[in-house]
Amino acid sequence: MAQYASILFSMILVNNFVLVKFLGICPFLGVSKRFTSAVGMGGAVTLVMVLAIAVTWPIQQLLVAWDLEYLQTIAFILVIATLVQLLEMVIKRFLPVLHKALGVFLPLITTNCAVLGVATLTVDEGYTYPEALVAGLGAGLGFLLAMVIFSGVRRRVEEAEPPEAFRGMPITLISAAITAMGLMGFSGVVDHLFGA
Amino acid sequence: MSEQVRAVPAEPSYRQIFSKGLLDENPALRQMLGLCPTLAVTTAVTNGLGMGFATTFVLVCSEVVVSLLRKHIPSSVRIPAFITIIASFVTLVMMLVKAYLPALDEALGIYLPLIVVNCIVLGRAEQFASKHTPVQAAADGLGMGVGFTISLVLMSAIRELLGAGTLLGIQVLPSFIEPMLIMVTPAGGFAVLGVLIAISVWPEQRRRREEGKEALETSETLCAACPLNCGVNDPNRDDCARGEYAERLMDAFLSAYDPNRYDSTRERDA
Repeated sequence: MAQYASILFSMILVNNFVLVKFLGICPFLGVSKRFTSAVGMGGAVTLVMVLAIAVTWPIQQLLVAWDLEYLQTIAFILVIATLVQLLEMVIKRFLPVLHKALGVFLPLITTNCAVLGVATLTVDEGYTYPEALVAGLGAGLGFLLAMVIFSGVRRRVEEAEPPEAFRGMPITLISAAITAMGLMGFSGVVDHLFGA
Repeated sequence: MSEQVRAVPAEPSYRQIFSKGLLDENPALRQMLGLCPTLAVTTAVTNGLGMGFATTFVLVCSEVVVSLLRKHIPSSVRIPAFITIIASFVTLVMMLVKAYLPALDEALGIYLPLIVVNCIVLGRAEQFASKHTPVQAAADGLGMGVGFTISLVLMSAIRELLGAGTLLGIQVLPSFIEPMLIMVTPAGGFAVLGVLIAISVWPEQRRRREEGKEALETSETLCAACPLNCGVNDPNRDDCARGEYAERLMDAFLSAYDPNRYDSTRERDA
């Protein structure tokens, strides 16, 4: 149990996908302007990440068995793109409430580097199937956490008046730097708690 | 400058195609494309150079192939087709780097396969290569690639110099100056990129103000930051989703989702 908790919390806090690993910067900067859209995007990414791992992990085993590891990137990106399309259709048909909440965000995730990143990362780390699924959940929750925190930070930043050259993207990046500093305080915490 | 190039359909020279990627349409600093690798691998100059060259290779090769096939790919399946072409070249680069530069492979880690989802590559394939000749596409890919490499090297030089006191692994700063470790941490990456973008738009903003023109603001709804990430990256085209359209879509979605709690004007005033 301890190893799952360790993976989960280190993915959320220590190796936060957005603020430490720089994956999924595009939606992080683009959709974090409002709290509601930040939560929607975070939820959708979490869902897709767990499902993507559930599908790509067995595929990786097949690729290894058939000596086709070099096809990993091509296989993963195509499987993830197809998965997102299928997921949208299934949710629309069977879970209309969830589709209302997450539907807009699903197609946006296809080319999101965080999803392909988590699939590749679990392969590189050599996780077992349940460990990989927990890592996917942790990465998604970490993304959600970063989005929610940053949407709050940005609301303050929008009312500030920085020098002209810093308006827009530069000041957003600098506030992201300060947010990232906050997460640096967690490094080491998880190792101490779970003795991993 | 870039507006003019778009508005005038006359054939631009290869030099113009090549040079617009260097500053005017620099992928990382102006178009805010490919920010993930720009932030992630730029802790040392060697990593920045390696990532830049790998991306340039993928850009040039995939643009040429997309351009060669541009009359044969049906437009309804063009995005998956482009992604497959790009992924093939990324796989090629990964194998080459693994075989000949294992240290670089170790340093770049998962960011090497992630060139597939780098918006620069898909964006240029869709926006440029799919409607120009292979030679023009090669010039564009090379220009964008070199522009991207320059910004990566600039970023990594600043971070390596301030964060470790070295350049390309050679001690540059005198040893009595304590290196600022924060520069090689993720927080330093965000801050350095923010300052670099501000510096790159500053001269143009000043020039515009002196000419009495409207100020140039670095938009936050550029392609990479666009929630719809369609890879078109041209607000003048109907199928590009960014800007107004994205905003309106989000507003419509949010008010349908929860009409009582959400009101965009109220939220902004609050």
